[in-house]
Amino acid sequence: MYLYDQYDQAMVDARVEEFRDQARRRLEGRLTEDQFKPLRLMNGLYLQLHAYMLRVAIPYGTLNSRQMHALADIADKYDRGYGHFTTRQNIQYNWIKLEQAADLLADLAKVEMHAIQTSGNCIRNISSDHFAGAAADELVDPRPYAELLRQWSSFHPEFSYLPRKFKIAVIASDTDRAAMRLHDIGIQIVEQGGELGAAFYVGGGMGRTPMIAPCIKDFVPLDRLVTYAEAVLRVYNRYGRRDNKYKARIKILVHEMGKDAFTEAVDEEFARMLDEGIEPPFAELERIRTFFTDPAFEAGASEEIDRTDPDFALWVDRNTVAHKAAGYVSAVISLKPVGGIPGDATSEQMRVMADLAREYSFDELRVMHTQNVVLPHVRKADLHALWTALDGAGMGSPNLDTIEDIIACPGLDYCSLANARSIPVAQKISERFAASGKTEALGQLKLKISGCINACGHHHAGHIGILGVDRKGVENYQLLLGGSEAEDVSLAKITGPGFDEAGIVDAVETAADVYLRERQDDERFLDTYRRIGMTPFKEALYG
Amino acid sequence: MRILTGNDLKSGSVTWWTGQDWSLHVEDAVDVTGSEDEIARREEAARRVNAPYAIDAERHEGRPRPSHIKDRIRALGPTVRPDLTLKPTETDIGTWVI
Repeated sequence: MYLYDQYDQAMVDARVEEFRDQARRRLEGRLTEDQFKPLRLMNGLYLQLHAYMLRVAIPYGTLNSRQMHALADIADKYDRGYGHFTTRQNIQYNWIKLEQAADLLADLAKVEMHAIQTSGNCIRNISSDHFAGAAADELVDPRPYAELLRQWSSFHPEFSYLPRKFKIAVIASDTDRAAMRLHDIGIQIVEQGGELGAAFYVGGGMGRTPMIAPCIKDFVPLDRLVTYAEAVLRVYNRYGRRDNKYKARIKILVHEMGKDAFTEAVDEEFARMLDEGIEPPFAELERIRTFFTDPAFEAGASEEIDRTDPDFALWVDRNTVAHKAAGYVSAVISLKPVGGIPGDATSEQMRVMADLAREYSFDELRVMHTQNVVLPHVRKADLHALWTALDGAGMGSPNLDTIEDIIACPGLDYCSLANARSIPVAQKISERFAASGKTEALGQLKLKISGCINACGHHHAGHIGILGVDRKGVENYQLLLGGSEAEDVSLAKITGPGFDEAGIVDAVETAADVYLRERQDDERFLDTYRRIGMTPFKEALYG
Repeated sequence: MRILTGNDLKSGSVTWWTGQDWSLHVEDAVDVTGSEDEIARREEAARRVNAPYAIDAERHEGRPRPSHIKDRIRALGPTVRPDLTLKPTETDIGTWVI
């Protein structure tokens, strides 16, 4: 994985000291809250429902065990013994004190981490495929390109005050595991005529106006990757609306200009920029690539897995994923125990994950946007020992991509923007389906819950989505069906009138039962919905 | 009634105006109808509170209860982590929130 050089470390250390001074001036009353707020947000420090909340970036989701240990120590030292893994490969701490925030950032910097650009109208944490470098189906490891873009976008003076926040995802396989087309820029590394390049998808997003990004350029040579990204940002920075925050995302600009006109504007800008020397030397990309070489996989590692323990066998079937190296898999650690809080991990669980990564996965972990954690490189021969340790720490739930593997935003329990609670709904649904025994029969069924229209819980992209709303001061939940964030991307549609908290759990089960009744052959829930449409579901839900 | 809330500048903790000082407990809050802006300005200027604002509340068993669920959750803590709320031993406190 990438290691900071002297410039990276100096930049982060300097930022910590700058923030320390800003926080001190705020505490001494030399800055007002209005003056301080944009400064703390640039460092990922929000004021949430109960306290300050710090969002820490995990670039393209990659961590080593030392970093995970540091995150655990921070949870104990500065928070209340836990952290929350988010839907964009970040971790959040919910109970931070302003007077300790600079010390926390200094501790993060010691392990090459920070909270810079995790808030504000700038380019946020670059996300990627959580199986990058391990996936059997990838063209190349996408992370060197994500890292190059991270370096380009960090402290970029031209893009520190964009019309709105800006999110980029990078993948390198036809299977989209990063919700790439629901980002402001989605980049897929592709091959044409034996040459690698980047396909650019621009103008996707969720929120109150969900849109799927169209492809505006199917091949940009890799030695023009940064220049083309900068051209997109320049067009957005110039023409994006600043008068209305609800119309300020690039998706609105692409929609209003039209894909062709927007692409033309980007291409014109790109042509002008070619001689400006914006692209970093190709040697820099080559330097970055050296940090992402394969670990020393064991040649001839055994393909055998002893499946005599049925609980272990179920976990292997559900929570391990094909690896590019023979005898290895990627193992998904579930942070979704039945009745638990999606994405929450105690400091002790973080330490267990860190130690297991060191022992079984070449010291590497990945944070998934689905709020789980991956050990990317595990020998099949080590799986039983790994599962035994995970199960003992409450992280062995065999539920990847099932209805119990729910994405849920913090909702009204923590978030000052939320209209309704998300977590209790997720807890009740996972309990309902675990008790009913239907989880296995339902197979892949991605359920995503947001507590407000900002859609941090990705409800638009759920096979089943739930949106919490405020109806005259009472929590109410809309049900949506038919979304996908994968390569078969689609936006979910609302079924009809909303439900109360108990009613939405019943409604999810009703929709699941329609699927079980109507499905053909090996159809997933999403396939059946697409074949039969909304009507049978509405009839079952509303009579 | 209107009650005044904000956050402690140093810790970020949710606080409520008691008429003389700031308390962590909403039941200590007093009615500030008509004077909320003046108190907020004065207290913020003195750095005794951060980002204060007034909310609607009703009397419930003689004590203030915020009218909106968001403010009730804010007053108590996350409903999904009773151990982290201000009243971790009161098992029926959820009914006060919901």
